[in-house]
Amino acid sequence: FHAVFLLQVENVKLLDRYTNRKAASGTLYLTATHLIYVDASAEVRKETWILHHHISSVEKLPLTTAGYPLLIHCKNFHVAHFVIGQERDCHDVFTSLLKLSQPVKPEELYAFSYNPKMSKENREMGWKLIDLRLDYQRMGIPNDSWEITDINKDYEVCSTYPPEIVVPRAATKAVVMGSSRFRSRGRIPVLSYLYKENNAALCRCSQPLAGFSARCLEDEQMLQAIREANPGCPFMYVVDTRPKLNAMANRAAGKGYENEDNYENIRFKFIGIENIHVMRSSLQKLLEVCEMKSPSMSDFLTGLENSGWLRHIKAVMDAGVFLAKAVKEERASVLVHCSDGWDRTAQVCSLASLLLDPFYRTFKGFMVLIEKEWIAMGHKFSHRCGHLDGDPKEVSPVFTQFVECVWQLMQQFPCSFEFSERFLLEIHDHVYSCQFGNFLGTCHKEREELRIFEKTHSLWPFLLQRKQELRNPLYRGFTAYKELQPNTLPFSFQFWCGMYNRFDKGMHPKQCVLDQLLGCLSQKVTLEDNASHLENKLPIPDGPVPSEGCTSPKAGAAAAKAPTRPQDCAEGAAPVLSNGPSLGHQKHKESPAQPRDLGASREDGQAQHQ
Amino acid sequence: LCLTGHHLIFSSRRQDNAEELWLLHSNIDSIDKRFVGSLGTIIIKCKDLRIIQLDIPGMEECLNIASSIEALSTLDSVTLMYPFFYRPMFEVLEDGWSSFLLEQEFELLSSVTNEWRLSCVNKEFSVCPSYPPVVIVPKSVDDDALRKVALFRHGGRFPVLSYYHKKNGMAMLRSSQPLTGTNGRRCKEDEKLVNATLRSGRRGFVIDTRPLAVAQQARAKGGGFEQEVHYPQWRRIHKYIERFNILQESFIKLVEACNDQSHNMDRWLSKLEASNWLTHIKELLTAACLAAQCIDREGASVLVHGSEGTDSTLQVTSLAQIILDPRCRTIRGFEALIVREWLQAGHPFQQRCAQSAYSNSKQKWEAPVFLLFLECVWQIHRQFPCSFEFNEQFLIMLFEHAYASQFGTFLGNNENERAKLKLPQKTMSLWSWVNRPEELSRFQNPLYEANSLVIWPSVAPQSLQLWEGVFLRWNRPSRFLEEAEEERINIIKYNKELQARVNALRRRLAELEAEDEDEEVQ
Repeated sequence: FHAVFLLQVENVKLLDRYTNRKAASGTLYLTATHLIYVDASAEVRKETWILHHHISSVEKLPLTTAGYPLLIHCKNFHVAHFVIGQERDCHDVFTSLLKLSQPVKPEELYAFSYNPKMSKENREMGWKLIDLRLDYQRMGIPNDSWEITDINKDYEVCSTYPPEIVVPRAATKAVVMGSSRFRSRGRIPVLSYLYKENNAALCRCSQPLAGFSARCLEDEQMLQAIREANPGCPFMYVVDTRPKLNAMANRAAGKGYENEDNYENIRFKFIGIENIHVMRSSLQKLLEVCEMKSPSMSDFLTGLENSGWLRHIKAVMDAGVFLAKAVKEERASVLVHCSDGWDRTAQVCSLASLLLDPFYRTFKGFMVLIEKEWIAMGHKFSHRCGHLDGDPKEVSPVFTQFVECVWQLMQQFPCSFEFSERFLLEIHDHVYSCQFGNFLGTCHKEREELRIFEKTHSLWPFLLQRKQELRNPLYRGFTAYKELQPNTLPFSFQFWCGMYNRFDKGMHPKQCVLDQLLGCLSQKVTLEDNASHLENKLPIPDGPVPSEGCTSPKAGAAAAKAPTRPQDCAEGAAPVLSNGPSLGHQKHKESPAQPRDLGASREDGQAQHQ
Repeated sequence: LCLTGHHLIFSSRRQDNAEELWLLHSNIDSIDKRFVGSLGTIIIKCKDLRIIQLDIPGMEECLNIASSIEALSTLDSVTLMYPFFYRPMFEVLEDGWSSFLLEQEFELLSSVTNEWRLSCVNKEFSVCPSYPPVVIVPKSVDDDALRKVALFRHGGRFPVLSYYHKKNGMAMLRSSQPLTGTNGRRCKEDEKLVNATLRSGRRGFVIDTRPLAVAQQARAKGGGFEQEVHYPQWRRIHKYIERFNILQESFIKLVEACNDQSHNMDRWLSKLEASNWLTHIKELLTAACLAAQCIDREGASVLVHGSEGTDSTLQVTSLAQIILDPRCRTIRGFEALIVREWLQAGHPFQQRCAQSAYSNSKQKWEAPVFLLFLECVWQIHRQFPCSFEFNEQFLIMLFEHAYASQFGTFLGNNENERAKLKLPQKTMSLWSWVNRPEELSRFQNPLYEANSLVIWPSVAPQSLQLWEGVFLRWNRPSRFLEEAEEERINIIKYNKELQARVNALRRRLAELEAEDEDEEVQ
């Protein structure tokens, strides 16, 4: 170990939750960033790394014959049960972890000390990898109806929006400013996604300050401008993703929802997704079910039902499907909000985009989607993930739910995503790890104040580096599937063992099809090289080689499909993927200097997931 | 729509869509009629769980059709069933009726041990009507003793060898319950027989698939269990595997839940839970793991039985073999397992599979025992996707044929009945068809790599899933999942072709080099 230990405790046991195997025995180390456990009893040296930022709770349990137990719950659903011989040691570890896992100041976060030994230029390039302007360009914006404006450059319209937003061209500055005074926290209606085929737009905002009767002319004009930007449809939807009761209760506080009589040609609709507090307690219940010791099938299913978790997942998915259908089939623009428009709204807008546009199902596209709908639009990652010591009532698994919805889609459409479940888990880990700057703070303004673009690294280039291991071998390419229409009947939703029981390896399939197929794909490259190498060696290219099927152009379905067209296809779609200076491309071509820089970090990054 | 003696045929009149539906009458589980004005609707519910709706104008016509279907789908006599009339359109390469003989199995066994013998004591089905004519028993026990033991076991099902674990020489026996009754009857020959399978000084395990209370109650009816005093070298473990109507009810409830699309999430999960289907799966897998563990880990012999020894017993012994024996995970081996442990062992297929989940008859003897077994295999398959030579489709195909088939394989309740019906002479065997290369290719698992190890499945609830391929098969679009399977096959196939090509090129290069050398020498 190169790191300096803050604490080192010998004779620590690590219990396995499910098997009755003999507990591991070894040494526990605390560094500035990680808890490291080295199993001395195993034949091969086995290390468990837990990032302090991943720790959500540390508990001291009652003394047992084996010693003083310490139970650690992590935000990535890792549960570690240590038993420490000495009470004093146990207490030391406990208090140190409490401090280390709940930093008070943002500067204490890992991202500010994380040093992957990357050059300044590469670091800056990394931040430019995702350029949202390019995504709007892809949608054809700016165009006659929509413009990208820097009206929010001084955060005068809205402090939690990015400096650049997309609004209807017809909305004047006065309309924008007026609307912003009528929307909670100034979060005015802005464009989230434009469906180019029919000009139907997906827009998002926060709830109006309507109370029982208040109106705002500019806000009404704003909605009119959005509706008129889509001349193909005479009406637009306004979707409130809250349960009706919640929205009505908000009216008493001077907030609420749009009155259909005040807005011209809108169709107003509630989609009942519960609030962050309900979601938090639902996850808590789900995790209790996952942690039960040898539950019966009934215990598990009843627990799963009572947690309500899958019901909430279905609600989010249903909402996403509704939006996508409205846009695609009814050709209607949709304006979505919840209360502040940064939790449920982010979930359903990003999900609808993912259903409508295959680009968002590629590596780069998914990164763009997260940057656009979550990071730029002010999803409060810092509060929802509890990065800093703060109000526990602000913590909620909103982003986790979105990631799960994507996973559920992967189950129904196994060939339509360029990436695999591992990519999702990787992102989910880093949302909590604070190792990269992307998810720090609550909004763009705060990230600027934290100077994360100067002081920290962006996650995305690091993930693109690992494309080979994170990709989906079954991906059929960019053009194979356009819009997805998932089945949302209850039986279409599965419990995601790979997420919530991810670290209980005993529960997972013992043989991994994904690994097998990835192995095949990398083997394929070697074999193809071998084949062409051998062919070159052969003096006269005469006659067919005994086993044909690979060379001949019409070699049947297998040969035609098997070469990983996916990647080629996606990269071939030039305007789509040329989003920012693409490190991904360079990596693909194996430019020697850069990967090494990035590669250095990898071991570190991997280590924490043991 | 056209009704023939054995099929319901529906062909679309549209030219572009020449799709035809051929439905075996024996696949029809129940039919409902409904009328709206003069428009009649017939809803046909099939044993493979599919539901078909036919709209028929004209009340009279509709009633006629319905009653014809009803009559044709509930034939009284087995010999009127389709397998007796089916003429295959394919050339029979290998007669499936003689593909899996116990004699062959015994030959394999003889090559590793001489402690066992083939007994023809049941040649005329006189000792045990539900056993095959030949069985494998310990060498030291003669036929006279077997006859005595048969009198001591329910239905004459004396302990026979089910599986021999080559790795450590341990044996798995199966039987029915001993007829101890309330007086605690004993049978010296029975004790001798089971003890003959023990290594000296080692203990064995009796796995009783009934809970202790049920086993105790059975004594009042003349049944019972092995008592410690008389079987001191055996430890008895009671498991609880549900039988008959409980399973059938569970099956019906599950299918109901899967077919009701109006459920919200909570209701679906609570219905899924209330059906108890997955509980049965978990219990069964647990019992099979226990049997396998006793043999492989404890190095002990095992005797498995419940009451009759024709249902839960067979589920446990066959699943334990899937776990222990790599051969059972190949296509041929799995077929042999089904022949040996289900057909020859006397699982009453005709009774159990007479009706499926839509039946209203609620007969006591109908139960999805075999389906439950197949699903357990699927669960293990899901956890070890590379260790099975066959794919999910193979299991689904077996489920379908057990309930309705053009082949005679699953007709009759035991070998005795099959012999009387002259099935091998009068009907075609399922295996004759399945084992043809063009059919087999549909059932092969592209990921298969022979795995000689024991495979221990996880029985945690998180590891078990609803078998969508059977229960949701008709309720969800399968296109995207099929495409994924296609993609998996293509990736692997392409690699194999590449490998072959590289090898061919290497060979050719070597040949050329050799020629060059020859020339140089000359």
